[in-house]
Amino acid sequence: MDGQSRTKVVLLACGSFNPITNMHLRMFELARDHLEDTGHYRVVKGIISPVGDGYRKKGLIEACHRLEMARLSTENSDWITVDSWEGLQPEWVETAKVVRHHYAELLAAEKSNDDVDTVNYVKKRRIEESSQQTRKDGPQLLFLCGADVLESFGVPNLWKQEDIDEIVGHYGLVCITRSGSDPNKLIHKSDVLWKNRKNIHVVYEWVTNEISATHVRQSLRRGRSVRYLMPDNVVNYTQEHGLYSAESEQKNADVVLAPLQKYLGPSSS
Amino acid sequence: MATHRVPLVLLACGSFNPITNQHMRLFELARDHMHSTGQYRVVGGIISPVSDVYGKQGLVLARHRIAMAKLALQSSNWVTVDEWESQQPDWTETVVTMRYHYGCILKEYEQSTGTHTGPGGNTVPLSSPSPQVKLLCGADFLQTFRIPGLWQDDHVEEVVGRFGLVCVSRGGLEPERAVHASDTLSRHRHNIFLVREWVRNETSATEVRRALRRDLSVKYLIPDAVIEYIHRHKLYTQDSERIHQDTVLRPLAKHAVKSLDD
Repeated sequence: MDGQSRTKVVLLACGSFNPITNMHLRMFELARDHLEDTGHYRVVKGIISPVGDGYRKKGLIEACHRLEMARLSTENSDWITVDSWEGLQPEWVETAKVVRHHYAELLAAEKSNDDVDTVNYVKKRRIEESSQQTRKDGPQLLFLCGADVLESFGVPNLWKQEDIDEIVGHYGLVCITRSGSDPNKLIHKSDVLWKNRKNIHVVYEWVTNEISATHVRQSLRRGRSVRYLMPDNVVNYTQEHGLYSAESEQKNADVVLAPLQKYLGPSSS
Repeated sequence: MATHRVPLVLLACGSFNPITNQHMRLFELARDHMHSTGQYRVVGGIISPVSDVYGKQGLVLARHRIAMAKLALQSSNWVTVDEWESQQPDWTETVVTMRYHYGCILKEYEQSTGTHTGPGGNTVPLSSPSPQVKLLCGADFLQTFRIPGLWQDDHVEEVVGRFGLVCVSRGGLEPERAVHASDTLSRHRHNIFLVREWVRNETSATEVRRALRRDLSVKYLIPDAVIEYIHRHKLYTQDSERIHQDTVLRPLAKHAVKSLDD
C-alpha cells in the first residue's frame, strides 16, 4: 500500500568534484534519508556528474582524474554512481542540459523496464502510469546541491534565468545546508525560487561537516594528510598520480569561467 | 647526519563509542603537525578505549568498541588499538595509562638500541634521542580539566608537564582560551601542542549514535566495516543509550571521598 505510492527519485549532483570528498558523498546520504523520511519518495539512484574541463575553473584538474576518483569513491555504494557524459564533453554544458539529458535517460530506462519486464505488478503499474503520463507518479529527477549553489543563482551572468526556472520549476531541487547559508532565506529573497518553493527540499545538516574540496587540495599542496576526508582508495589515487600541486592550482588562472564567457560574450544566447 | 628528532608516540584515550573518521583524523593531523615542528618523528599511534567500568552513559561493551576500532584501523600502517586499559579491573586514570605505555615504549627502545639510560648516563648513542609519549585529544578534552572531581591536580601536572598534550581542534580559539584560563596548563604551555584544522566538522561519536538510533545513514562518517559490525551486533539503539543512565561516572565516584566538604 505504501511502497507503491512512493515516487521514485533519482538524485543528480553536478559540480567540479575536484576532488570528490566524504562531504559530497554525505550529501547523497542525507538527501536520501530526508526524502524517504517524508514517506512520499523512494530514492533509487544517485548520480555524480563531474563537470568537463571546458568549465575552465581555476585549479580544475583533468576530467579523467576527477571521474576516476569519483568512481573509486562510489565503489562501496550500492546506489550512488558516476556518469561521465558531461565530463567528457569538449565544451562546457549548461547544467539544465545535463539535467535534461539524465531525465531523458531515466524515462528511457523506465520505459524499457516496462517493455521487458513481464511481472504482473509491473504490468498493472504500466497501465496505471500510462493513464497518468505527466503526473508526479512517474520517476523524478531531483537536482542535489549545497546551499552554495543556491546562492550562486544570484551571481550575475553565471546562470540563465530560464535554466534556473527549468531546474527548479520542472525538475526540483534538494538543497543541503552549509553553515553560513540559510537556504530558506535565499528562497525568500528570490522570486523564481520562491515561486517554486514546493519543489525545493531543504535538508538541514545538523552536524556541520565542511570538508571542502578546496581544503583537501590545499592540504595536498602542503604535503598534509587527507586521510579520512575522502575514501582511502581516492587518497591513494591522489598520491599515486601526484595530483594537486601549486602548479595545478594555477590552471585556468588567466581564463574566464565558461558560463561567464558564454553569457557575457558578444554573440550570446 | 644523524636525525635528532625525538621519536614520538601519540596516545589517544577515550570512549571510542564508536570510533569515527574524526578520531582517525586526529592522528593524521597531529602527526603532520609534530613533524612540521622539526623536533619530532612520529613513530606510532595508540588508541586506548576506556574500560566498561568508566560508567559513561551509552557506553557499549569494550570488546565491541575494540573490535570496531580494529576494523577501522585495518587500513592504517601506524595506528593500533591497545586493550590494556580496557582489561584493567577498575577504571584507570589517564596518567596511569600514559605511564604504562611510556614504560612499554621505553623498554622497547632500550632493547632495540641496547642502551640503558641510567640517571647519570653519559652514553648517548648517535641514534635518536629517548622516545616520548604525548596525549592526543580534541579541543573538548581541554574543557574536562575544569570539571570538579574529574581530574586530580597532580595528575594534570604529570599529563601536561611530564608527558605533554597534542590537542587538535577545528576553528575557534577555545583551546587557547582553555590553556590561558588554567594556571597548570599555562605553566606547561610549551608542552601543549595546539593543532588546528580549518574545517568545521562537528561529526562526533554522539552524533553517530544518534543517527544510528534513528536509522539514518552514517556512511562516510565511519568506515564501512564498522557500520557492518554495528548492524551485525545490533549496537546503538534506544536501549544501549540508556546504559549507565543512573550510574555515577567512575572517576567522580572514586574521588568523591576527597570532595565531601559541604
